[in-house]
Amino acid sequence: LGSRASLLRLYHRFRALDRNKKGYLSRVDLQQIGALAVNPLGERIIDSFFPDGNLRVDFPGFVRVLAHFRPVDDDDSGMRDPKQPEPLNSRMNKLRFVFQLYDLDRDGKISRHEMLQVLRLMVGVQVTEEQLESITDRTVQEADEDGDGAVSFLEFTKSLEKMDIEQKMSIRILK
Amino acid sequence: MYITFDPGRRLCALETLLEADVWHTIAHGVGEAHSMGFPMLVPFSPWCWLLLLVVLKCSEASSDLNKSTNSTAQHEPNVRFAAASSEADEKISVFALDYDYVQIPYEVTLWILLASLAKIGFHLYHRLPGLMPESCLLIIVGALVGAIIFGTDHKSPPVMDSSIYFLYLLPPIVLEGGYFMPTRPFFENIGSILWWAGLGALINAFGIGLSLYLICQIKAFGLTDVNLLQNLLFGSLISAVDPVAVLAVFEEARVNEPLYMMIFGEALLNDGISVVLYNILIAFTKMHKFEDIEPVDILAGCARFIIVGVGGVFFGIIFGFISAFITRFTQNISAIEPLIVFMFSYLSYLAAETLYLSGILAITACAVTMKKYVEENVSQTSYTTIKYFMKMLSSVSETLIFIFMGVSTIGKNHEWNWAFICFTLVFCQIWRAISVFALFYVSNQFRTFPFSIKDQCIIFYSGVRGAGSFSLAFLLPLSLFPRKKMFVTATLVVIYFTVFIQGITIGPLVRYLDVRKTNKKESINEELHIRLMDHLKAGIEDVCGQWSHYQVRDKFKKFDHRYLRKILTRKNQPKSSIVSLYKKLEMKQAIEMVETGILSSTAFSVPHQAQRIHGTKRLSPEDVESMRDILTHNMYQVRQRTLSYNKYNLKPQTSEKQAKEILIRRQNTLRESMRKGHSLPWGKPAGTKNIRYLSFPYGHPQPIRRDPKVADFTGDDSSDSELPSIMFKPYPRTGTLQERRLTQEIIPMKSFPRGGKPCHFGYPRNTSQEEHVGAGRREALRPKPLFHAVDEEFESGEESEEEASAGGSRWSAEHRPSKQYHRSHSPLLQRK
Repeated sequence: LGSRASLLRLYHRFRALDRNKKGYLSRVDLQQIGALAVNPLGERIIDSFFPDGNLRVDFPGFVRVLAHFRPVDDDDSGMRDPKQPEPLNSRMNKLRFVFQLYDLDRDGKISRHEMLQVLRLMVGVQVTEEQLESITDRTVQEADEDGDGAVSFLEFTKSLEKMDIEQKMSIRILK
Repeated sequence: MYITFDPGRRLCALETLLEADVWHTIAHGVGEAHSMGFPMLVPFSPWCWLLLLVVLKCSEASSDLNKSTNSTAQHEPNVRFAAASSEADEKISVFALDYDYVQIPYEVTLWILLASLAKIGFHLYHRLPGLMPESCLLIIVGALVGAIIFGTDHKSPPVMDSSIYFLYLLPPIVLEGGYFMPTRPFFENIGSILWWAGLGALINAFGIGLSLYLICQIKAFGLTDVNLLQNLLFGSLISAVDPVAVLAVFEEARVNEPLYMMIFGEALLNDGISVVLYNILIAFTKMHKFEDIEPVDILAGCARFIIVGVGGVFFGIIFGFISAFITRFTQNISAIEPLIVFMFSYLSYLAAETLYLSGILAITACAVTMKKYVEENVSQTSYTTIKYFMKMLSSVSETLIFIFMGVSTIGKNHEWNWAFICFTLVFCQIWRAISVFALFYVSNQFRTFPFSIKDQCIIFYSGVRGAGSFSLAFLLPLSLFPRKKMFVTATLVVIYFTVFIQGITIGPLVRYLDVRKTNKKESINEELHIRLMDHLKAGIEDVCGQWSHYQVRDKFKKFDHRYLRKILTRKNQPKSSIVSLYKKLEMKQAIEMVETGILSSTAFSVPHQAQRIHGTKRLSPEDVESMRDILTHNMYQVRQRTLSYNKYNLKPQTSEKQAKEILIRRQNTLRESMRKGHSLPWGKPAGTKNIRYLSFPYGHPQPIRRDPKVADFTGDDSSDSELPSIMFKPYPRTGTLQERRLTQEIIPMKSFPRGGKPCHFGYPRNTSQEEHVGAGRREALRPKPLFHAVDEEFESGEESEEEASAGGSRWSAEHRPSKQYHRSHSPLLQRK
């Protein structure tokens, strides 16, 4: 889950965010990170720290989420024991994390509606509804292979196979 | 043009002829414009203005030819009155021209104006700023002016000499650099910066000096009379770099923050160090007996160097504290606040100079110290004034210096020595490379995030010389430096070379080093997901925060909070005036937003159910293209965490608007979900923290001003760590206030397009939203007594709220103009 030094830093950060020294973080604590307020995906990012409807996240949980963003070491993958669960920062798990940002109802598929919502979040207000709709349609259509009008996780991974996810979803300081 | 007749003016006939010609061409141009219709006269392109100015200057230059002939009568400006009276036998002239009276200020003003017009032209063609640094432009303008002056044999006014430069031209430039420096990253990297800037300057200076000395020993080049000290001095002045000038060029490439900071820090300290070195070496040179310089003297020189540096900083800090303390009491006379800031900085410079300490370092330290506290104390308008004025002053100074450079370039006082010049160029590059790679190699051992080779190459290549070296060369005392002209020429060549060639090629170089792999067109899918991931990454980075050496910073912050702030900042920031100020700003902003286009998104005529098309719909390539276009232009940009500093202007950015939008929408949805009974605890929401952040995009990691809750924030200090160093572009701060407040007003508007869900808005009267965002409305609502300055809209807003019943959107009453655009949903929005 990371080197000792970065764990220590994360712990300091956890403590700093935990204003009332409760020992855990609540939504409010994360909402007070100013930068997230101006991030279009701010709310969703915060939500990802509170899986399964929890209202609190403790330090291990905090680290677990951030571990997804650890840079991938090349030498890791070679020696990995296939029986052990994949490390959190593997490509699959990174993609799973992203998938969960889209898939709010956790049904394993990104419905058109969910895609539309995400698109709306990310686009400025001057884009009309019709345009958004057509873009959503196109997006789903491109990825959807079995024609069910929704994008499953596998279809999602397939559509992104050319992208260098490992590099995009890695934060250097978490190494 | 009528000229007073004077027997001494032989050339008047020629002049009139010349002027007539000149006016003729202008008239012609104007005539053409006339033929195109009157309105066409107005939009003269900047180049026409330039031409006009040039022509004006020619005319004035020619009229000034008399200056040399009238030596006796006009050694004082008010002698003209005497002159008039002495020529009593002449007729009284109806029109008279006395140029000498105003010559110096007139020409200086004209130069500055010319440079400003050139800058306007430069920025009008929007691709140019990305191609070459603005110093290129200034140099060209300077050369142009120099050419004109040389061509017309005009005697240039003696504006630049040693005292003027060091006392008037240099301080504003340094002050601006120090003031706009982002403090947090600076102090985080301060070890590396000091190591690099300090030692780098020394290595460069001595390296170049010594190598040139060795070259000079070679008899073939005819330079043997240049002794070691002179070479060392030359080395010290040529090693003064001005890398910030090129920063604007590779802004778009994501230069990471520490790299940025290194470049900035180097620029900041480098000037100071070169000047200190320069002065020490001049002192050495004045000791005529070169052979008598003993090791003791050298040691004394080194000790002096350290004392000068440290002493300067010490002075600066003291003056910074004093001025911060004084601004604590200026709430009733806010008009003098900028004055205090500037005068104290200047005073710190002068005081340090009196004691032969480094004024540059003093003024830098003063600016850095002062900034934090002054910004908290000073009123909003003063703050904006200070920033703009600072930029203006430094811009004027730099322009003047570059003009001087241009004037010196085109002239007869050059001495061209191939060997010296070429070797200077070569050695500059070599020694810079050596110092970069050696010093960074060492400092990388101690850094947690070492600089890559790529970063080091960028630092090496950004060693562009600027106005500083030219000034130092120009001010070399001729008595001690018989070959001064050669030095000046060499300096000029180096400057031209580095600014033009390095300045222009650094952009492509950086982009090349920063190779992006996405050349091919991505599908819309990919684009969307890539952007999403970028946002996600930025968001998670923000959650992680900035990692730095916590202990030292924490200690400093505790100390600061407990003692310094109490002394230096005002207590009891007035709240009511602020709130009404906010309201005013918001109202205007709200109206503007509505009118300019945010509401164009209300093309929600078609309920979106109609668009639901399942099954494959064949989209033509143009459709896909247009979709892609829409996406690229409209998707929110990822918040850049890298700093960005523009030396020459303060310009607002589109991301400011974007941040506002995002924030508003977010507030909106949160509010919605609140209404629907979502269990989002609001407690102490994005409240003050947001605000803290919001002031951020404007480039200053400063605490929220006027935040009445600041005192409550014990955790306050750690939030600084959350203020990632994003856009370090100094903005007018009014934006922050607007943002905060906007959220309240515009929210209802925003809720509208969101798929027609019934938006039940109430005014957040519930106590759960006590300390809400920027104390928006909510706060405003509750402590009514605060609102003595309440506007009538506000009050009526409340009333209309009462009227609003459930079943529709409740619109912020203040948002009256928007009501007319409001769709059928809410029947409530009647205009009062």
